[in-house]
Amino acid sequence: MTDWKVGTVTDTRTETPTGRSITISVDGWPGNLAGQHLDLRLTAPDGYQAVRSYSIASVGDGSTVELAVDRFPTGEVSPYLVDDVLPGDQLEVKGPLGRWFVWTPEDTRPIQLVAGGSGIVPLIAMARAHAMSGSTTAFRLLYSVRTPEDRFFADELASLESETFHVDYVYTRSTPADWPTPPRRVTRDVIEALTISAADAPGVFVCGPTGFVEAVARALVELGHDPQSVKTERFGG
Amino acid sequence: MTSHVDGNALAGSLSEIFRTDMTTAVCCCGGCGDTTTIATEMVYGTDALAHGSIVRCRSCDDVLITLVDTPERTVVRFPGITTLTVDRETPPA
Ligand SMILES: Cc1cc2nc3c(=O)[nH]c(=O)nc-3n(C[C@H](O)[C@H](O)[C@H](O)COP(=O)(O)OP(=O)(O)OC[C@H]3O[C@@H](n4cnc5c(N)ncnc54)[C@H](O)[C@@H]3O)c2cc1C
Ligand SMILES: [Zn+2]
Repeated sequence: MTDWKVGTVTDTRTETPTGRSITISVDGWPGNLAGQHLDLRLTAPDGYQAVRSYSIASVGDGSTVELAVDRFPTGEVSPYLVDDVLPGDQLEVKGPLGRWFVWTPEDTRPIQLVAGGSGIVPLIAMARAHAMSGSTTAFRLLYSVRTPEDRFFADELASLESETFHVDYVYTRSTPADWPTPPRRVTRDVIEALTISAADAPGVFVCGPTGFVEAVARALVELGHDPQSVKTERFGG
Repeated sequence: MTSHVDGNALAGSLSEIFRTDMTTAVCCCGGCGDTTTIATEMVYGTDALAHGSIVRCRSCDDVLITLVDTPERTVVRFPGITTLTVDRETPPA
């Protein structure tokens, strides 16, 4: 059984107009695998509690975890995390959780990551794990965001680019100047053009809003990917 | 409106009851026989503390698991699962 632990916020960083990353130091945190999440519990002064799941952007040993949270304006928990939490504040967390939606360096298949919005969080952990481990398997990320400003971890993703890691962006609302294509959705054609082909039998991890994840997973299977090798994590929305 | 998520979201709640990660556990649906990991089943309502959670079969929509947490206790029911297979090798999450 995994217990609730008290974490202390050590840092916050604005990532997008609606999102930021939060670093939390958690006494007794055992480290985590790439792709795992934690449950976060807030308690109001009157005792009312709310629990939400957040993926962990950081990976490996150590008692510090990095989250990245996007704000639902009418939500109960995310506006607090994005707008109000300050270094020194305490948050209750439980984890690391989940051993299904994870990538470890022992997996030597080519890997295709597909993120929608904040769905990048567990996938950047996989990209970091890939870089840290020196794994030579091919990694490719397809990252769908509304506008260039909505990219989480944009600088880091650029710095991770290498012979074995490549990022493709799809903009759904507005693109950078000189972008070759107008705003578009991640359709089957886009997936076919910008991802590792089913013929190469990659492992695929898809994460983001539920509608996005289900549309992408369906298209991947239509394109010939083995449903067993397409792992999905739905954030809701 | 809150859309559904999937069994990954219940890793924390289920860890209150089971001593191992349950997202990799395989369940067989009593309604249609579909057999898959809990991570891939559909979950409605994830704040078990507030409203309870319902796990439905990804293929026939039958209710597989219901889960209600209160500060005092967790109540979990398995109305639609015939077999739940948990790998002994899976170390505690
Ligand atoms: C396994 C897992 C991992 C997750 N990881 C992350 C993560 O890394 N980062 C992250 O930001 N989130 C993540 N989420 C989502 C997160 O758990 C919360 O659902 C989210 O932060 C909203 O919580 P809330 O309390 O603010 O909103 P709630 O009070 O729960 O209400 C928000 C709900 O109402 C709807 N809603 C409210 N406002 C809007 C709006 N403006 N537009 C559309 N719909 C709206 C949505 O359906 C949403 O689910 C994850 C979810 C799961 C299951
Ligand atoms: Zn079924």
